[in-house]
Amino acid sequence: MGEINKKQNDWDSAKVSREPIKTLEDKWKLVPAFLQVKGLVKQHIDSFNYFINVEIKKIVQANEKVFCDADPLFYIKYLNAYVGTPDLEEGYNVTKPTTPHECRLRDMTYSAPITVDIEYIRGNQRVIKNKQLIGRMPLMLRSSNCVLTNKSDFELAQLNECPHDPGGYFIIRGQEKVILIQEQLSRNRMIVDEFKGAIQCQVTSSTHEKKTRTNVIVKNGKYVLRHNALSDDIPIAVAFKAMGICSDQEIMQLIGSNDTSMKKMAPCIMECHHLKIFTQNQALSYIGSKLKVKRYQSGTAKVRTPVDEARDLLATTILAHVPVENYNFYVKAIYLAIMVKRVIEAETNKAAIDDPDYYGNKRMELAGSLLALMFEDLFKRFNWELKSIADKIIPKVKAAPFDVVKHMRPDLIANGLFAAISTGNWTIKRFKMERHGVTQVLSRLSYISALGMMTRVNSQFEKTRKVSGPRSLQPSQWGMLCPSDTPEGEACGLVKNLALMTHITTECSEEPIARLARNAGVEDVRILGGEEINHPAVYMVFLNGNILGVSRQYKRLIKVFRMFRRRGLISAFVSIYPNHNQRTVYICSDGGRLCRPYIIVEKGNPLVQQSHINELNRGIRKFQDFLNDGLIEYLDVNEENDSHIATAEKEIDPYVTTHLEIEPFTILGVCAGLVPYPHHNQSPRNTYQCAMGKQAMGTIGYNQKNRIDTLMYNLVYPQCPMVKTRTIELTNFDKLPAGQNATVAVMSYSGYDIEDALILNRASIDRGYGRCLVYKSAKTTMKRYSNQTSDRILGPSRDATTGKVIRAHEVLDTDGIAAPGEMVENRQVLINKQMPPATLNPVTQGQPQQVEYKDVPVTYKGPVESYIEKVMVSSNSEDAFLIKILLRQTRVPEIGDKFSSRHGQKGVTGLIVQQEDMPFNDRGICPDMIMNPHGFPSRMTVGKTIELLAGKAGLVEGKFHYGTAFGGSKVSDICQELEKHGYNYHGKDVFYSGITGETLEAYIYSGPVYYQKLKHMVQDKMHARARGPRAVLTRQPTEGRSRDGGLRLGEMERDCLIGYGASMLLMERLMLASDAFSADICGACGRLAIRAWCHACRSSAAVSSVEMPYACKLLFQELASMNIIPKLTLKKYC
Amino acid sequence: MPLKDEKPRLFLEEFSVKKAPNDYGMSDGKWNFKKFTKKFRIVIVRMDNFEMEFDLIGIQPAFANAFRRLMLSEVPSMAIEKVMIRNNTSIIQDEVLAHRLGLIPLKADPRLFEYRQEDATGGTEFDTIEFTMKVKCTVNKSQPKDSYRAEDLYENHSVYSSQMKWQPMGNQASIHKEADIGPVHGDILVSKMRPGHELDLSLVAVKGIGKDHAKFSPVATASYRLLPEVTLTREVRGGDATLLQSCFAPGVIGIDSEGRAYVRDARYDTCSRNVYKYDEIRDAIILSRVRDHFIFNVESVGALQPNVIFVEAVKILRDKCKSFLDELNKFN
Repeated sequence: MGEINKKQNDWDSAKVSREPIKTLEDKWKLVPAFLQVKGLVKQHIDSFNYFINVEIKKIVQANEKVFCDADPLFYIKYLNAYVGTPDLEEGYNVTKPTTPHECRLRDMTYSAPITVDIEYIRGNQRVIKNKQLIGRMPLMLRSSNCVLTNKSDFELAQLNECPHDPGGYFIIRGQEKVILIQEQLSRNRMIVDEFKGAIQCQVTSSTHEKKTRTNVIVKNGKYVLRHNALSDDIPIAVAFKAMGICSDQEIMQLIGSNDTSMKKMAPCIMECHHLKIFTQNQALSYIGSKLKVKRYQSGTAKVRTPVDEARDLLATTILAHVPVENYNFYVKAIYLAIMVKRVIEAETNKAAIDDPDYYGNKRMELAGSLLALMFEDLFKRFNWELKSIADKIIPKVKAAPFDVVKHMRPDLIANGLFAAISTGNWTIKRFKMERHGVTQVLSRLSYISALGMMTRVNSQFEKTRKVSGPRSLQPSQWGMLCPSDTPEGEACGLVKNLALMTHITTECSEEPIARLARNAGVEDVRILGGEEINHPAVYMVFLNGNILGVSRQYKRLIKVFRMFRRRGLISAFVSIYPNHNQRTVYICSDGGRLCRPYIIVEKGNPLVQQSHINELNRGIRKFQDFLNDGLIEYLDVNEENDSHIATAEKEIDPYVTTHLEIEPFTILGVCAGLVPYPHHNQSPRNTYQCAMGKQAMGTIGYNQKNRIDTLMYNLVYPQCPMVKTRTIELTNFDKLPAGQNATVAVMSYSGYDIEDALILNRASIDRGYGRCLVYKSAKTTMKRYSNQTSDRILGPSRDATTGKVIRAHEVLDTDGIAAPGEMVENRQVLINKQMPPATLNPVTQGQPQQVEYKDVPVTYKGPVESYIEKVMVSSNSEDAFLIKILLRQTRVPEIGDKFSSRHGQKGVTGLIVQQEDMPFNDRGICPDMIMNPHGFPSRMTVGKTIELLAGKAGLVEGKFHYGTAFGGSKVSDICQELEKHGYNYHGKDVFYSGITGETLEAYIYSGPVYYQKLKHMVQDKMHARARGPRAVLTRQPTEGRSRDGGLRLGEMERDCLIGYGASMLLMERLMLASDAFSADICGACGRLAIRAWCHACRSSAAVSSVEMPYACKLLFQELASMNIIPKLTLKKYC
Repeated sequence: MPLKDEKPRLFLEEFSVKKAPNDYGMSDGKWNFKKFTKKFRIVIVRMDNFEMEFDLIGIQPAFANAFRRLMLSEVPSMAIEKVMIRNNTSIIQDEVLAHRLGLIPLKADPRLFEYRQEDATGGTEFDTIEFTMKVKCTVNKSQPKDSYRAEDLYENHSVYSSQMKWQPMGNQASIHKEADIGPVHGDILVSKMRPGHELDLSLVAVKGIGKDHAKFSPVATASYRLLPEVTLTREVRGGDATLLQSCFAPGVIGIDSEGRAYVRDARYDTCSRNVYKYDEIRDAIILSRVRDHFIFNVESVGALQPNVIFVEAVKILRDKCKSFLDELNKFN
């Protein structure tokens, strides 16, 4: 021991080198090296791979045997489970391998068969059957079983897939679905928090079987145990006694025998005495009396005593994750004691209260773990169904022996999984879990929006709650989550995005880690008493929230663990960190922790040397080699908090620094990474850009021309930005850009540029600036009905007299489907489909087949014509004809179209100016766009001004400048470059007015700025109505543009008119132009008369006609139906 | 600092352009034709088929600007206006293809054609040029074994503007030469194709003006700048002189044998005003521009020679003036 102690001292004091640390050149190249192995959506893919390759086998193994009540000899045993390669079922037992793109086009599900090897009893025989199909698993694109993995770009092109598509999503019935990353509080961990002034320690236990929550709460100065399964709180001392810790001394020793604890615990122990509970049995029967009465007793014969029930509850439900063997509760009692200890500590020391927003306390739930939950649930149901079938059929005497395989229907598991992913409703009855909106349709508006969606983290918090804690940026999110990328409004701060280098761990097995810990000197608690456990020199060691043991030399333990990890002897994602206040060491190997790589610093020197980087440049060293050589390691949030991380070499303090940041720009995510010079911008501007980058049009993938999406926006001439960032290159945004470099003059022009409006150059538009393609698709299926009838398509109809094709059918080909290349206008027919009148009742035999078909054409709607890009005729999974038509529009920028730069500066086109009216400079350059300088002072987007300058210098120098966050080209260098080429170093030039021809008095700041065209275009928004459709009930004009609705004169507008006294205008707007109705009123009784006849008075003598809103008449009738008779008093007018 | 002659000037100060204090603008004075003719000069500095630089001296900016504007937007040229697409199986969309074709500059002399009537249904030989473009991409039969370059594998994988075929209408073939009609540049990439892709188009070019669409503009750009002047106010020598030299375009500042800086020729200065960066020399210089000396730069797109474009612009201005006068005279 002594020797070890000496060594430990050695480890403690780092020998310090005094030389200044050299900056590593091209250190950033580690980032692409990282992304090359990890990819941008590796977290999803890793998680899914773990599920289909490892976890699914574990789940099947955990539920391996199915028995039957009818026959004790019958059993089914699952030997193994596999997920196959993606295919499509084409008819019975005929499958064909498929590709993701085929599934997208044909509205199919990209899935693979789940097969199992089973052993079961048929008759009296034991049969082994391999590769039995039990269900279908939707496959994540680019997962290990996907056809796209390990394919070259050329092969991907042959599969109609874009090589830059990140994958990580599913294709369910042709729709691309993402299972968002779900953030939640970590399970099986103690969390001490303050709830309504009372301190409580909460543990959410989660095992394969159960998910329960256990609380230790201060109630009237006493500690109680609270649990859902118990109807009442249990005094803590009773709980201890029920766990077999019967002597008060032992209880106190476990909790800690210092004065404060004794004082705090005294009332609890007293209470226990008052309750006259001294033995374990007494305690258990007390708890048994507090059990919640189960509504229906499931067991038939088993009627158990409350004591047994309570013992079972303690063993399996309360603190379910702490294992109890043979009803030996000792470890669980220690665990409970620690909970009490934490509460006592938190009562005196507020700092001991945990922060629930701290990211170390969070776990990310990914597609893999969510699907595992769903699959286990479905698999259990599948087995239960098999069992009930066996129960039913086995007793019956049959000719052939019962063969269970024939009753294994794959639909249950397949449809369960498909439905869950396609609706996003995760309902798992076992855990009483009901979650909505787990999945979302992958947004394909732009490449970045798809990518941004893959890194999105959804929080379980309610969006409506106005709490700031979970929404605000937590310091522990540093480097893990992007500080800029969050939506505005109600989901602000609850929806987050991963940073560039974040990795989410997958589970790795505990046993080797536990063994290693034991070997490193962790002693089992079961052999120790309370005094030893709570000894001040001893640290308690937890593994994934479970007590592993105690250690006297925690520093050594940690050091050994880290060394093992750096040598690659245990998983790189196992983290270990001490908590000095709690005197504990936590080891984590569970899944869902956020972590990111750092360069290890030893004795003030980063282990990654220039030679390593050079090797990386030469391609003989990969990222994995850095990990294997122990130069770089992953730190999770908790371990990060136990480290001292320098952001740059010059900040390394030889005495304390343990790690070095690889590159600071990686704290930003994918979307924020597009912004050049974000560190010069006001922070909300970067956030705005993150939201707008997702609405920018451009390219969405190399396969965009092969896709038939419901809506797709493409730019005709997209450009790579003049000012790039490293992130742009890493995310391949430069290959799939969404925007154009516009030459911008920052000046005022004409007054049509106020409030962020932009002035565009007509000639630039003529030459193709901002030109975009809008694709929409129309779709129909030709169904076959149960009565042998089916939909049909007819060719174009002809006018009876002229013989010409009628206008509505002009674009139809002879087959009744619109022909590619044709121009379609509003209300023209795209597919001339007809439906049989009866689809259910069988057509009576003998009746002539001349039934009247009903016209159900697919028509084109829209004020502006479109062109048919292509037509696809195929079949879908229900074997029905599937027809998809892709429609195209080419749009030229017009007044009102929205543009934005990459700095959260959006604006609409205010005016389009002829080129000759635009200002021009000495070199004859006319700007493409004029932006008003008033956009700058309040927005403080200095990054935009630098982007302009850097872009201009890049043009004259013939290169791209970099505006990478916390780096990038320096302004002084840029100015020098401009100067070198004879430009003003400020970027300001002499301009001449295009209208007067004279020199402008001011120098104009001008140069290229990357502008995005956003999807909001006037053409999609323009709306006007004179007359049009009305709602049936109220006879008022319909609402909304899509229904050609009226424009509402609202309350505030009405108030204005009242204030002004324009009563006739009000009358005209609110009644005549809306729902004027001439009602007959009986002047005698004041009630509504019907057809000039008053039913009450039985006369039409006093009936007169009155103009009133129809809604008013409706109100009267509705009131009358409730026995309230509104009466009108009529007077002679004038 | 008073300058010797009476040229109207603008002073390029550090943060703004200033007029001389006694300068009230040139449109203030009374127009005097004799004075104007005496002062007005045109000097052609440089000219080839595509580009011309010339000076307009002694004229008001309104005139100079009028010529610039007319050249940009009112001098006509021929461009493809309609594209009849019989077949387009390439990946490029019909509208985009048509737009690209429209932007191809044509050699046809617009002066030899008329504007098409607004209500005309079809073109005539006097107002229309027709082209066809029929390209089909095929697999190269005689492809080299181990090449994967597109140009070896396929034929017609790139469609260039030179593949437009002129289809003379009526008597056009006898009036025009084929070489004077087609695209100015034969190497403009129109589209890229792969085997199975086919284009079968007929293109209709008409006469139009830049105001209608930028493709009808006969110039890539036409602009002017004012003649820069650099005046030294004191002697600058030694290191300051080289610094001064570096602040201007090459050839603007010379250094004599004694190391003194002198203004050699300020004409091609870029007016970058970078002198103001250096405190030691910023007071030694006055940057100014001559207000009535316009250095025009006309870059023709190729159909007309730049000098012709300018003359056309002048003619248009003359016609406009005439018609305006006619209108006025109607009321007399």
